[in-house]
Amino acid sequence: MCAKQVKKVQGEVPTTGHSWDGIEEFDNPMPRWWVWVFYLTIVFAIGYTIAYPAWPLIHGATRGVLGQSTRADVDAEIKRFDDANAAIKAQLVAVPLDQIASNDELKQYALRAGASVFKNNCAQCHGAGAAGVQGKGYPNLLDNDWLWGGTIDDIHTTVTHGIRNTTDADARYSEMPKFGVDGLLEPAQIGDVVEYVLQISGQDHDAAKAAAGAQVFADNCAACHGPDGKGDRTQGAPNLTDAIWLYGGDRDTITHTVTYARFGVMPNWNERLSEDEIRAVATYVHSLGGGE
Amino acid sequence: MSILDKHKKIETHATLLLVLSFLVVTIGGLVEIVPLFYIQNTIEKVTGVRPYTPLELAGREIYIREGCYVCHSQMIRPMRDEVERYGHYSLAAESMYDHPFQWGSKRTGPDLARVGNRYSNAWHVDHLTNPQAVVPESVMPKYAFLSDHVIDGQYIADSMWANRVVGVPYTDDMMANAKADFAAQANPDADATGLQERYGAAAFKHLDVTVANFDGQPQLTEMDALIAYLQVLGTMVDFSTYTPDPSR
Repeated sequence: MCAKQVKKVQGEVPTTGHSWDGIEEFDNPMPRWWVWVFYLTIVFAIGYTIAYPAWPLIHGATRGVLGQSTRADVDAEIKRFDDANAAIKAQLVAVPLDQIASNDELKQYALRAGASVFKNNCAQCHGAGAAGVQGKGYPNLLDNDWLWGGTIDDIHTTVTHGIRNTTDADARYSEMPKFGVDGLLEPAQIGDVVEYVLQISGQDHDAAKAAAGAQVFADNCAACHGPDGKGDRTQGAPNLTDAIWLYGGDRDTITHTVTYARFGVMPNWNERLSEDEIRAVATYVHSLGGGE
Repeated sequence: MSILDKHKKIETHATLLLVLSFLVVTIGGLVEIVPLFYIQNTIEKVTGVRPYTPLELAGREIYIREGCYVCHSQMIRPMRDEVERYGHYSLAAESMYDHPFQWGSKRTGPDLARVGNRYSNAWHVDHLTNPQAVVPESVMPKYAFLSDHVIDGQYIADSMWANRVVGVPYTDDMMANAKADFAAQANPDADATGLQERYGAAAFKHLDVTVANFDGQPQLTEMDALIAYLQVLGTMVDFSTYTPDPSR
């Protein structure tokens, strides 16, 4: 034990009486302001549990005298914006689709609302810039090539009901047969028809095989893709004579497509989006450059 | 000041301190936790919520194994911006058969509470295989290997049993048919009547189980299971008929 007393600060502060190796502990009182803040927090906490939902009882917790409810708050917040937009939304739903663009105020609203809806819901497949994903089956929405039609009514129907999904009975539907897997065509016939498709799309091809493929095409493909291969929008059958390909237009990819078929699915958005949102996004997509 | 003087006894008596601390913590725990099990405003009754099918349950386990919850939450908070972006705010009942729940705490990617039916199965395959192929700005890692892992639901009944122990109402019938239901959900050509009877609209009021070859491959892989799980998220409750009680 060290016998030497350490000089106390300001002389009169008592110690706790403990001493370890000569080290003593001052017994300073807590600062007055700190103690009062502490008491204040206790009072606040009691007031808080009275004002807001807090104490669990038999059937439920106390509601609090302020009646605060997160659900009511978010409902009110959403309603505030719905009310602010109610007039123009009603107008958007009432006006025929092809006349939205002729009303400038309505058009501006639809384009901006549609852009938001697109970025949230459509960009994951069609890309943030709506250019689709080349060769993956996610169509480019910027060009003039439409599978199911590019008028605003067509786009509206596609967005509303989707394509080949199982969740909406009104979804656009067509199914390409799996010519190879299901044995509808012999491998040689597939080879021929692929050469024919390469020919009508203006690519390098084997002329002899393509000539044989023309008959295969007429017997098996023309019903949907048309006798000249220009496609059929009522069935979502793509035009095979241009340079725009959903899954790719090279020999290997076309062979794969004929053998295994394709079955691109788009969800229906009528359960997730309201009619005004669907109309807004249809207007937006229609405005992107390819709209008819 | 007598009570404060007695406090010294507690502080200088380790066993007494331990016992009394335990008592205080117990009371606090009882008051805070126990009411959650009985008061009605914790979990409201919502029709449509059902236990996961065997395939979805396997997908959920893959979701947990791969740590999806580290970057994706499954909890749409009651705020306007979240409701506008993701859909109706999450209900406690929608997580009632999740053990553990997947609410998460961090959104590097978007919330997945209502991702079900939002994208096509093929999109999920493309996206899980190589996220940047469809969403160039994404920072998500690739999960292409899921397509190579063939699974047959060998231990799925055990998983269901473990869930049943903690309160998920899997019936004996569901347990007995676990492997058959597991395979049936990923095969559109199989007879799925048993699966629908046990988990579909007839049993749980809202939707039938989605039966599909989720990954497009002939064999049943982890990709099938994970997509089956993702496609059911947030779809069980029919919000066109559901009216939220604002007091909850």
